[in-house]
Amino acid sequence: MAELALHPAAAPVTPARSALRRLVGLALVHAILLAGAVFMLAPFVWMLVTSIKPPAEIFSAEISLWPKQFYGLQNYRVALDKAPLLRFALNGVILCGGILVVQLLVAIPCAYALAKLRFPGRNVLFVLVLLGLCIPVQVPAMPLYIALAQLGLLNTYFSMMAPFFLSVFAIFLFRQFFRSFPDDIIHAARLDGVSEFEIVWRIVTPSAWPAIAAFSVFSAVAHWNDLYWPLIVISDAKLAPPPLGMMFFADAETGSNYGALTAAAAILTAPLVIAFLIARRRFIDGVTMTGVK
Amino acid sequence: MSLAASSSIASAAAAPPSIGRRLLLERLTGLGFAMPAFVLLMLTILLPLAVLLVLSLSNYEFGGVDMDWVGLANYQKALADPVIRRSLWNTLLYVAIVVPGGVLGALLIAVLVHRRSRTRSLYEVAYFLPVTSTLIAMATVWQFLLHPTLGPVNGVLKWLGVGSIAFLSEPSTALATLAVIGVWQLLGFNMILFLAGLTAIPRDLYEAADIDGCSGGLDRFLTITWPLLGPTTMFVLVTTMITAFKVFDTVAVMTRGGPVGSTEVLLYNVYLEGFQYFHTGYAAALTFIFLAFILVFSAVQTFALDKKVHY
Repeated sequence: MAELALHPAAAPVTPARSALRRLVGLALVHAILLAGAVFMLAPFVWMLVTSIKPPAEIFSAEISLWPKQFYGLQNYRVALDKAPLLRFALNGVILCGGILVVQLLVAIPCAYALAKLRFPGRNVLFVLVLLGLCIPVQVPAMPLYIALAQLGLLNTYFSMMAPFFLSVFAIFLFRQFFRSFPDDIIHAARLDGVSEFEIVWRIVTPSAWPAIAAFSVFSAVAHWNDLYWPLIVISDAKLAPPPLGMMFFADAETGSNYGALTAAAAILTAPLVIAFLIARRRFIDGVTMTGVK
Repeated sequence: MSLAASSSIASAAAAPPSIGRRLLLERLTGLGFAMPAFVLLMLTILLPLAVLLVLSLSNYEFGGVDMDWVGLANYQKALADPVIRRSLWNTLLYVAIVVPGGVLGALLIAVLVHRRSRTRSLYEVAYFLPVTSTLIAMATVWQFLLHPTLGPVNGVLKWLGVGSIAFLSEPSTALATLAVIGVWQLLGFNMILFLAGLTAIPRDLYEAADIDGCSGGLDRFLTITWPLLGPTTMFVLVTTMITAFKVFDTVAVMTRGGPVGSTEVLLYNVYLEGFQYFHTGYAAALTFIFLAFILVFSAVQTFALDKKVHY
């Protein structure tokens, strides 16, 4: 049944009429969805089209969706020559990977302890975790910056990662998951002499795989695209992650060479977009799981 | 708490000879497992918050040597500062555009996409793509799209006979333009959340409604979908408010607060004062004003969700 605002009961329902009504409704629905999709996809299409156009066509007033002269190689070469784009992408991989590994190593045992163990200060810690959920990184940014500057650690990978090593969100999410893990299995493992350390990493963690995958996607997307913190601690272009690198490149590119700019944008946007297209379900489940708590 | 208590009782029952030892072991293990997280929580959140509070009461400037207590002067200055007032106003205006666009738009798309069977995944991909794309890179593309003379948007407008609009260099349109880009960026995210909410609505409710003669699309939406989506809508509303309130990237890259301050937003001013002008004490006070808004939004959510549980 289509989402019709019309009321079918109001008219005599003959099969032909209702079929026609359904068809019109369907057409209307797709018209709305397609118009929205054009709005969503237009920047991507225009980015790719511009990145293969020669300057003369970019600066001409007429709009064309395909270049008369293929100029892609030149644009992409200029972009790759003028800025270390692959280095930016590599920095993004190092940054996201480093953050994620520490986040998981710290959050999983803590979440297990909060969910399954009784220890002094447990409730206080959980309240602090809940409070931490409300505090965006921009709030502790200045004291962290001063501390990193005093330690001489600005312009390092460590300075880019440090504020994110603790993810209170990961602790919260994993705790919810671990709570539903059957206690009987844990007790049986304990009786068999399995150490608590092994229980966490060998038994409980694999069972929370969907949550861990969801969180990993969430974390990687957030840190690949983050500008605020790298902008503060990184001034060395060699260390810039993709967004900061793009900003440096756009600033340096004063001659508004749009062909090269869009080529650079395409290169830096590609890794995550391709990852999304490959692991579409993971991304969407990730949002669902991390969003609806 | 009760869960942990029962689990420890069960474990005590399972190993009767060494109850005391087992409990002690459990406590030590728990402390050990929580310790790294607790230390990081201290170092990256609580201690910085305390330092920030101290800084906000001083006239400290990063790199300077002396520092005096000024009490609440920084807060008074911030609340009286026309630049800050304007940026706060701009931020709220931005939120006021992004929230209805991002929430209602996503709801409409989700309801329409939800019933599609063959084309559903195509639409999901199309609408979700901006979420995964690097906003800074796409901002450059948007800048070009909206370019007064070279951009295709103005090309289309001219062709329609509207005349060209300098979207980003006109004080009256710049903020709204950034807000549209904000909606573009988060619409797919919200759509996925709404789709999850829609999937959770039992199908037989719709069948029951059909039998009761409530078969029009709009009727079904108003009597079943909308009320049952309440908690999801609330969640999406608040996260969108918080995300919109934290707007920074597009401002920093596309307009830098201009033209004539029309896109100066709170977080951009915090950034400028704290990390460009190094008015550390003043920026600390601004950060607390920023945090106050975020906390109010979060409190609204907690309050509203508590209410929803009972109905």
